[in-house]
Amino acid sequence: MKSILPILAFGIFGAWQTACAADIVGLITLKGTPPAETDLGSYINGNADCAAMYQGQKMPTTHFYVVGPNGEFADVVVSLKGVTGKSAGASSPPVVLDQKNCVYTPGILAIQTGQKLIVKNSDDCVHNVHSAPTVAGNEEHNDVQMAGGPDLTYMFPKAEMFVKFECNVHPWMKAWVSVFDSPYFSVSDKDGKFVIKNVPPGKYTVEANHRKAGAQTQDVEVADKDVTVNFTFVVK
Amino acid sequence: MNAKTQNTNNPWLHRFAVLTAIITFLLLGVGGLVTSHGAGMSVPDWPTSYGYTMFALPFKFWKGGALFEHSHRLLASGAGFLTTILAVWLWLKDSRRWVKWLGVIAFLLVVAQGVLGGLRVTLKMDNLGVIHGVVAQSFFILVCAIALFTGRFWGKWSAGEKMFCVTRGLRTLVQATTVLIFCQLVLGATMRGQHAGVAIPDFPTAYGKIWPDASPDAVAHYNAQRMDVNGENPITAFQIELQMFHRIVALTIGILVAFCAWLSWKQLGGGNPLTKLAWSWLALIVLQIGLGAWTIWSNKAADVATLHVLVGALSLVTGALWCIIAFGRREVETKIAPAKTISGAFGTSTAMAANK
Repeated sequence: MKSILPILAFGIFGAWQTACAADIVGLITLKGTPPAETDLGSYINGNADCAAMYQGQKMPTTHFYVVGPNGEFADVVVSLKGVTGKSAGASSPPVVLDQKNCVYTPGILAIQTGQKLIVKNSDDCVHNVHSAPTVAGNEEHNDVQMAGGPDLTYMFPKAEMFVKFECNVHPWMKAWVSVFDSPYFSVSDKDGKFVIKNVPPGKYTVEANHRKAGAQTQDVEVADKDVTVNFTFVVK
Repeated sequence: MNAKTQNTNNPWLHRFAVLTAIITFLLLGVGGLVTSHGAGMSVPDWPTSYGYTMFALPFKFWKGGALFEHSHRLLASGAGFLTTILAVWLWLKDSRRWVKWLGVIAFLLVVAQGVLGGLRVTLKMDNLGVIHGVVAQSFFILVCAIALFTGRFWGKWSAGEKMFCVTRGLRTLVQATTVLIFCQLVLGATMRGQHAGVAIPDFPTAYGKIWPDASPDAVAHYNAQRMDVNGENPITAFQIELQMFHRIVALTIGILVAFCAWLSWKQLGGGNPLTKLAWSWLALIVLQIGLGAWTIWSNKAADVATLHVLVGALSLVTGALWCIIAFGRREVETKIAPAKTISGAFGTSTAMAANK
């Protein structure tokens, strides 16, 4: 009986935490006018395979700043700063990074430590998938991926912001994968909105990080209701 | 004529050495294109290519970055093959022991260079790429020197047909300038190995100033404004300062080479081969400075940046060959009464009236 009590107490506490968990939601905006994106046409047209994918279509541009008509700022990685050891990556469904029309889709994404990242080649040409983490413990990879070839699977055991993925056959192709040691993160969508789900009660520092616009933090306290925290970036 | 100056008089050997030097120069160019296009890792395996034997890679894969990387590997194999033949030929047919051993060194160096290039890919080490680039320049000097030593010019030159000495002062100046050019090349290779694009986007100013602001806020602003497709790594204050140092060294080299050319003319005369070589050297440096500026103005366009690498290699080789030729004059004694004696801070030189 005595040995059961601690387990029971722990279980009840965990259930209470889950029941009290709330979401952190918010809107991210950008003020100011960012520099014009670079047209990738001259790069893509220099490669017959990729140029063929865009016949009659508009060439893509870089996506350093993805901003809506009212300043809605996409591709900002939002996370709970300093929260570690909470990763459920190993049991989470894999995240997919696709190479389609000679660009990475999506360009910015986030995963947990131990979570599988599946890289697909949806193009009719060869790519090489070169991931270049800088944190010790995260291994660098460089693998060829043939047209129609099998998916490649990667996993990073250490947290790291903006791990670069690139194709050196088509050097304009780049994606940035952020790795967190918890499930508490989100990437703002095209409307500038983000949602960090099921955050247990407590005090946290929310960090919003953009590759170009930098990082900002705000302190919040989560109880049993959703918390709203908005960020406004300014073009430097 | 001594053992050092004795010539084999083997024109075909000389022509083969020249061919090896030309192929090496082309190899430098294609290697430059690999780095300029960010294609160094486009073929992840070595010595195979996408699992195929290097020489059997289907043409359908010769595209994009892989075209440059694969071409570089094939040309490197060709250069290695030529160097092997050259080394064997020198060992068997050149009577000069020191030239035989130069051939051996060239062979060992080209093998090391091939392994370095392969390891750079398989170990995924950018630093090895920088070393690979620097060794390439050294190898180019060596094969050009071998081409010089196997030619008729070296034989005639060393035999003392033209009687004059090159002062120690002038030799030392050219030697020091050549070493500085080598250091500049190492600096350039390091900059290219950063994969950060152009750290300073304007020239001759630097972010609109004579000396750029490299404070954290300023660097954050620069990175926020950069829309560089190939410069994926953010620039740092260190890279900005590195480029400024590269500019200062370039200016220093320009002044030094101009002085070397002028001094050669003053001491040796306008008709002297060393003087002509020095003026050619100056022309290369002027071109190199122009290419450096154009590299910045073109936001590091791959072909321009690669030309900058190639002319840098030629500048280095020219200085090195000048030194070799001048040092070869050190032992020859003046046998004809000098027409004119020139004295100065860089020593006293005598020259025939015909050279003036």
